[in-house]
Amino acid sequence: MSTTFAPPAEANLVEVRNVRHVYGKGGGGAGLLVLDDVDLTLRPNEIVGLLGRSGSGKSTLLRTISGLIRPTSGTVKVQDMPGDDTAHGVAMVFQSFALFPWLTVQQNVELGLEARGVLADERRTRSLAAIDLIGLDGFENAYPKELSGGMRQRVGLARALVVQPSILLMDEPFSALDVLTAETLRTDLLDLWVEGRMPIRSILMVTHNIEEAVLMCDRILVFSSNPGRVIAEIKVDLPQPRKRLDPAFRALVDDIYARMTARTGRETARDGAFPGLGLGMALPRISTNTLAGMIEALAASPNDGKAELPVLANELNLEADELLPIAETLQLMRFAEIEGRMIRLTPAGRRYAEADVDARKQLFAQQLLAYVPLAAHIRRVLDDRASRQAPASRFRDELEDFMSEDYAEETLDAVITWGRYAEVFAFHDDNDRFSLEDPG
Amino acid sequence: MTFLPPDRMNAGLLIRYARRRFAPNRADIIALFLIAGGAVLVTQAARTMGQSLTGLNMAPVTLDPAKLPMYAALTTLRMFAALACSLVFTFVVATLAAKSKKAELVIIPALDILQSVPVLGFLTFTVTFFMGLFPGSEAGVECAAIFAIFTAQAWNMAFSFYQSLKTLPPDLDEAARQFGLTPWQRFWKLELPFATPALVWNTMMSMSGSWFFIVASEAITVGKTTVALPGIGAWLAVANDRGDGWAVLWAVLTMGVVIVLYDQLLFRPIVAWADKFRIEQTASQDPPRSWFYDLIQRMRLLPRLVQPVSVVLNRLPAPQAPNIRLPEIRNPHVARGLDWLWLGAVIVLALWGGWAVVTFVSHTLTVHDAVQVLGLGGLTLARVLILIVVASIIWVPIGVWIGLRPIWAERIQPVAQFFAAFPANVLFPAVVGVIVALHADPNIWLSPLMILGTQWYILFNVIAGAAAIPNDLKEAASMFKVRSWQWWRTVALPGIFPYYITGALTASGGSWNASIVAEVVNWRHQNIEAAGLGSYIADATAAGDYPKVALGIAVMSIFVILLNRTLWRPLYGFAARRLHL
Repeated sequence: MSTTFAPPAEANLVEVRNVRHVYGKGGGGAGLLVLDDVDLTLRPNEIVGLLGRSGSGKSTLLRTISGLIRPTSGTVKVQDMPGDDTAHGVAMVFQSFALFPWLTVQQNVELGLEARGVLADERRTRSLAAIDLIGLDGFENAYPKELSGGMRQRVGLARALVVQPSILLMDEPFSALDVLTAETLRTDLLDLWVEGRMPIRSILMVTHNIEEAVLMCDRILVFSSNPGRVIAEIKVDLPQPRKRLDPAFRALVDDIYARMTARTGRETARDGAFPGLGLGMALPRISTNTLAGMIEALAASPNDGKAELPVLANELNLEADELLPIAETLQLMRFAEIEGRMIRLTPAGRRYAEADVDARKQLFAQQLLAYVPLAAHIRRVLDDRASRQAPASRFRDELEDFMSEDYAEETLDAVITWGRYAEVFAFHDDNDRFSLEDPG
Repeated sequence: MTFLPPDRMNAGLLIRYARRRFAPNRADIIALFLIAGGAVLVTQAARTMGQSLTGLNMAPVTLDPAKLPMYAALTTLRMFAALACSLVFTFVVATLAAKSKKAELVIIPALDILQSVPVLGFLTFTVTFFMGLFPGSEAGVECAAIFAIFTAQAWNMAFSFYQSLKTLPPDLDEAARQFGLTPWQRFWKLELPFATPALVWNTMMSMSGSWFFIVASEAITVGKTTVALPGIGAWLAVANDRGDGWAVLWAVLTMGVVIVLYDQLLFRPIVAWADKFRIEQTASQDPPRSWFYDLIQRMRLLPRLVQPVSVVLNRLPAPQAPNIRLPEIRNPHVARGLDWLWLGAVIVLALWGGWAVVTFVSHTLTVHDAVQVLGLGGLTLARVLILIVVASIIWVPIGVWIGLRPIWAERIQPVAQFFAAFPANVLFPAVVGVIVALHADPNIWLSPLMILGTQWYILFNVIAGAAAIPNDLKEAASMFKVRSWQWWRTVALPGIFPYYITGALTASGGSWNASIVAEVVNWRHQNIEAAGLGSYIADATAAGDYPKVALGIAVMSIFVILLNRTLWRPLYGFAARRLHL
């Protein structure tokens, strides 16, 4: 119906202007800036992808558009479908499906209709039609726990479509599914879209999967993380159905990869990879084994100390979203340098790759204390105290001045893991304290 | 406390529980004062209103077995009436606490105190109050009995519902908001279903606990007034008074039948049905079963009879809950100012409550009394702790042994839960007969009565814990030939610990309550007594000495709260952080 519904003036469906969003204490300057001055326009008849790393605020933007959260500043305008009597023109598909386990498939699909006060008979007709459309007929009376992941997401899709939104919002709709199921569902969804069988006018989807974005979208907005900004807008002109092996497809994927890793002028400082500065830097929870594995992979024969990130990702079977935080942690500790698409081991990284277990730990400790301000800070506090002990809550509180509770927890966990491996301090979960134990 | 279902303890819930429950401290004191103040107020009212009670004349309970079914029905009816009140209370109060920060500040510590307070002690106040409300009619006594049962049921249910509301899955919450559910629809589609499994379990626990109180509250003597409501409790009181062993036996049998009946016909089916509200997206390995539920499921006629009703209900426009929303205050200074104002008002009220208690008590009592009561509290505390240790030494090995053998566990678990529901105070007088006959020291031999009814919580929680020890751990232990003490230290004890703490905490709370009826017991007009806080409260109640009752309850509440804070909570936190599988 997207083709038959053309209103006289092709008005924009969504207009987002100068949206900023801050998480954290008080919402004042001390919080973590997730979205910084974001503009977005969604026009009729297009699929737009919001592509970015975790923490780039793309999900926050989607929730802002859906009305679930209010931005700290800026305006969001959502155009209702002309002639539609419903209150809002958006419906959302969730990454975790968000199905009510105690409702059957049909009851789940009817949820939004019931909320709008649609009477039982009409609810039934419309929900059965949606269930039919999405290929779930026969499962009307099943409970979500009886369904596979792919089937559950179909229910989520039917539940969104049945309220006839003008805009379908999808938050990483395929990322909780296995590869094969995700591919089937993507194809089915694209078929419905191309054939115009869904009562929607545009789709806005969040993804961290570059190939998925190129496969489905007409337009891709690439987000930087720390803070979330739109760093590139890419039009995808390849005809549907798109083929992954098509050289033009591959070139586009590589190009986006480069843009996602590229630093803008202001962020040349190597620490810029993570949100926040100094003590307030939010660190990713990455195990030292993973870091060591990456250094070894880089040092190993075909790479010989340097590699292109997309190639490395392929080799290690990692998605961009998974690979980049590892690469950037190495960069933070000066074990590697990232330049555009290239990642290159530093002399320290090479020494690490060749060293034995104890030498590795020493080297890691050296880099950790030199380049991770929080680790150095904890060590300094412990050194200063006669008891050689300090409660973890003290550092947690300090971190929470800069970032949300969850980020603070993750950051502290990361530093604890790294500090334990490097033996620069010990942490006791029993009493939640750091101490300086003589490991010898 | 909220009871966590032992058969499927949820790690996240336990951790959140432990974290949350360390928090309120100053708030506790505030709430304690508030409640105590309220109690004084009610008493004062009762005193003035209770004048007309003397003319009250009740039909006496007769020990005729033919009347027993009717008495049983009346007693059960009272329990379910109280349960209905508890549910309404739960929905209103817990929802209020979960949705309003200001209400939460007062309600949560208040609930926490109320569930630690020995409810039996309040009987004095409530009976006089309700009899005053309906002078000369049975309704007042009925209300008092129902209210007593309500006070034994409501708190943990409300807590459980509040915790469920606070831990709604974020994605379901977002979906409900995104699709624009009204508060009414949200309650039925999201909040109530999500809270159901925990709420059902807590309701069952509450029902078990309230048998104890019905026995105590159907026949009560306050000062010169003795009331007996037709029911099993009153029957038992009369039987004990006359020393009629057969009548006691009849009552015990009837009670057993009633407990089995409502367990099989009501709670098992509900548990089986509630299984579909568990949030896990996979079907449960071992879903709870109920023959009666299966029977209902297979019925043809009933659904057809019910169908027209549900069709009509479905066609009705969804009732719009009144959308009372205070205008949102955007100015942060104004908002903070209001918060302080609220806090200030609460503190002033609490101070007034504390002052009211002190003046009320100090009217007739001196510091000397307070010191004496503290000493008695120490005695009862020693009893409770020793009994928990003794019960643990007995039941932990037995529970582990049973829990490791699934066939035994399956058979014994329901029996242990049945015993937990059985009001042990029924048996007190018979035990007293033995003590009197043997001339034993009541200070020692009355004590075991306190834990007679509550030790089962330790047993069935330990069984559940032992049954939940993962197979791979057991296999690893046997592969490395881990035996005897090392096996207990590394496998069994850490495995059951979180469950054991739940059981021991429940047993401890129950024992404090039981001390009020266990430290003084009548049998055939003989009254034997052990020195302790429980007997102090019981004696003061019988004498109608309100200030003494108030002092006794206040001191007992403080003991219970201190014990919870200094012993059980830290252990809970430890279990949640370290020993969760």
